[in-house]
Amino acid sequence: MSPKIKEKQKPLLEVVNLKKYYPIKKGIISKTVGHVKAVDGISFSVYPGETMGLVGESGCGKSTTGRSIVRLDDPTDGDVIFQNKNLANLSKNEMRKLRTDLQIIFQDPYSSLNPRKRIGDLLAEPLRAHKLAEGEEIERKVNNILEIVGLTKYHKSRYPHEFSGGQRQRIGIARALILNPKLIICDEPVSALDVSIQAQVLNLLKDLQKEFNLTYVFIAHGLGAVKYISDRITVMYLGKIVEIAPTEEIFNQPRHPYTKILLSAYPVPNPHMRNREQIVVEGDVPSPANPPKGCAFHTRCPFAQPICREKTPPLDGENHQVACHFPLT
Amino acid sequence: MSLPNINEPLTKQSLESKTLVMEELGKEESYLRLVTRRFFKHKLAVAGLIVFTLIILMDIFAQVIAPHHPNAVSDTFEAAPSADHLLGTDQVGRDVFSRLVYASRVSITVGLGAVAIYVAIGTVLGALAGYFGKWVDNIIMRVTDVFMSFPYLMVILVLVSVIGPNLFNITLVLGILGWPQVARLVRGSVLSIKEMDYVKAGVALGYSTPKIIFQHILPNAFAPILVNATFGVASAIIMEASLSFLGMGVRPPAASWGNMLTQAQSLTVLSSQPWLWIPPGLMILLSVLSINFIGDGLRDALESNQSR
Amino acid sequence: MFQYIIRRILIAIPVLFGVTVFTFFVINMAPGNPVDMYVNPSATPQQIALAKEQLGLNDPLWVQYGHWLGQLFQGNLGFSYSTREPVTSMLIERLGPTLLLMGTSLIVAYLIAIPLGILSATRQYSWIDYLTTGFSFLGVSIPHFFLGLGAIYIFASKLELLPTGGMNTLGGTTGFGDTFFHMILPVLVLATGIAGNMVRYVRSSMIDVLGKDYLRTARAKGLRNFIVTNKHALRNALIPIITIIGMDIPLLIGGAVVTEQVFQWPGLGQLTIQSIGSRDYSALMALNLIAAIAVLVSNLLTDVVYSIVDPRIKYE
Repeated sequence: MSPKIKEKQKPLLEVVNLKKYYPIKKGIISKTVGHVKAVDGISFSVYPGETMGLVGESGCGKSTTGRSIVRLDDPTDGDVIFQNKNLANLSKNEMRKLRTDLQIIFQDPYSSLNPRKRIGDLLAEPLRAHKLAEGEEIERKVNNILEIVGLTKYHKSRYPHEFSGGQRQRIGIARALILNPKLIICDEPVSALDVSIQAQVLNLLKDLQKEFNLTYVFIAHGLGAVKYISDRITVMYLGKIVEIAPTEEIFNQPRHPYTKILLSAYPVPNPHMRNREQIVVEGDVPSPANPPKGCAFHTRCPFAQPICREKTPPLDGENHQVACHFPLT
Repeated sequence: MSLPNINEPLTKQSLESKTLVMEELGKEESYLRLVTRRFFKHKLAVAGLIVFTLIILMDIFAQVIAPHHPNAVSDTFEAAPSADHLLGTDQVGRDVFSRLVYASRVSITVGLGAVAIYVAIGTVLGALAGYFGKWVDNIIMRVTDVFMSFPYLMVILVLVSVIGPNLFNITLVLGILGWPQVARLVRGSVLSIKEMDYVKAGVALGYSTPKIIFQHILPNAFAPILVNATFGVASAIIMEASLSFLGMGVRPPAASWGNMLTQAQSLTVLSSQPWLWIPPGLMILLSVLSINFIGDGLRDALESNQSR
Repeated sequence: MFQYIIRRILIAIPVLFGVTVFTFFVINMAPGNPVDMYVNPSATPQQIALAKEQLGLNDPLWVQYGHWLGQLFQGNLGFSYSTREPVTSMLIERLGPTLLLMGTSLIVAYLIAIPLGILSATRQYSWIDYLTTGFSFLGVSIPHFFLGLGAIYIFASKLELLPTGGMNTLGGTTGFGDTFFHMILPVLVLATGIAGNMVRYVRSSMIDVLGKDYLRTARAKGLRNFIVTNKHALRNALIPIITIIGMDIPLLIGGAVVTEQVFQWPGLGQLTIQSIGSRDYSALMALNLIAAIAVLVSNLLTDVVYSIVDPRIKYE
């Protein structure tokens, strides 16, 4: 268990058996002939103050998971329990109120800011919509948040197109932060940025977490950023979770073959480490519309056995959970 | 654990990551100024704007400009142009120039009025269809299909003749029938804009649906609507003129450029009294042309992809 | 592909149904009483009541609609209230001239617009480009009736080269040459508007295609410019233009109503104006329905042709 998580602490967010299916329609009367199982029954918990990394290749359902948690997508099935409330049962109005505690930062800083609004309005709007402040207080809060994310109040009268990608991402962070949320879903917040800017934004996120005791679900497809910021990491493959473990354990002792493969694709700066074990996967990721039976990874797994084709392995374990019939040791 | 307060002064350690990124900020130029600048580069559009402004002025100051009352009958009829009657008189002895000036009011009213009505209807329906999708979209789009497969002029002719041909009814009919194109346009824009992250952010921030539609989606769909509306004013003017010409629009004694041409269907008027029908025809052409130029300029200025 | 066509047709059916409902109820909202036109002016109230009963005008509106729709399925469009002729035969009689006029205009318009559009796209910002742009703006901005009257004024009244209207010389020969002679002006008027619209699309579509890399490749490998423009570019540029043809049909129908009136062309457009004048509801309903079907069918054809020509279109 991560050092940050105290014994018997209650999770801030619990995702239970979450499913998100998209229907595939065909034919003259648009009959539903199947489903794309973007997220197929996943469960995990996030504790206050920690950062949960969520990694996997494109199309594994990690972004859909993030969007389903904040209800930008309506889940097909399953529960999202946040602060002891099941978001699935909340009315539209209750959900709207709860959103002050539950925010999201988007991947593309170019499309996440309304191009027709000045930065000052973009940041004041959430406060007005939730009646959290009035008049001069709004002004003060906006100025303050701009400073916190490394901009100045002189930027307020500008439009988004006048900023660089990194600056825009800072504005996006400020907008999420101004509502004083408890949990922020970071949906690949740095992958659209230049490498030099990535570190700055990651540092900002880390500092903000310390300062405001934020909890993050940090979604990324690369392991670099995740390793840097996460306390624990969840690895997803084809809409399912294959492994959840503290960051160090994931990197030092991965137990699922897929995790191991992901790691071997992750570049190591130390040249002496270059001759570490390389595993090469064969084939492509199968279509989520027609996922393989049994363990979804068996088509590409170098260690697959007959049982892997028959039975779906459950996610097992206490602090280090893994979904594999033959976990690595 | 006390809740963090973002209004507290910054702590020292948090300042470290706040490398102020002040590098090249774009010049502060608002979108409006950018568009204006691009529009004024388009020479024909500027010419169109000038002509159209003159026509609007003529419409406003009709009483000052026109030497006679448009319906006043003088003792000379079918008179050729003279100092007193710049464009001669018609069969009943009314001053053609005065009628021409007053008739601009009809065209402008119909043009702006009808377009205002149908842009409002089309925008709301298109936004609803695009934003809510599913059955709402299905119903609205099927109704749009029905309206779009009407042969426009024929239905308008029938409708106007049913509810009575006059200025108000024409404006209303053109307004009520004109929305499908706008609805499709807005629906298309809304469909693509609602997938933008800034709209998703609005949902995540807990904004109300009307606020998201009217403040975050529609302002970004504004450009194509404006261009379409501009061209729409031009076609509404032509449509009114055609209806009035066919006797199904504004009816005499009220003057409209279209009904001033009706009499030219008689060969005598056509060949021997060209001052009766050529000026109103040219006025229609001039106003429609100027509006089309403005529309073209707006399209170039608003829809160009380059940011500056 | 086949499935796509079937789906499009299935979608068109409720639309067509909507058109019949709209047409019927709007026309029956009309204040004037068709009976007044149907019976002779000196008819007694009893005779009028009888005529009303015979025409089914006392039934509730939806019964009348059902009756009308039922007859429609049997190809019976009813009798004209004013001339007492069967509407179907009136329409058939007028259909030929209208189709002749619209078809010829459409062909003439494309024969003008496509070469002009290509020329102006390949010589962007030359005098010919400006001239073409000017022509196209004039073409879409000038009302049909003004252009028509102007054409009659110049060519028929002043120069006395062409007839002022009609389809054939009264009492004269009714050969093809005579009709051709009468067609020149109306076709010119109708074609101008469509060509003006079309030229702009051809031009921008062509400019769009000419900037593509595959054309630069074609030129780079040494193909003659003429072949590059007319074979490689034109074929790709014409694809989006197919959509415009579909959009032209409603425009053409509207234009035909006015043009036929100006030139006294004995087609469906003129019949429309006459029917409105005489409050001939049954004829008006049929005319509207025919025009709507024409628009629907042309939209359908456009989509189908488009999907055949452009392999990138998905049928979803």
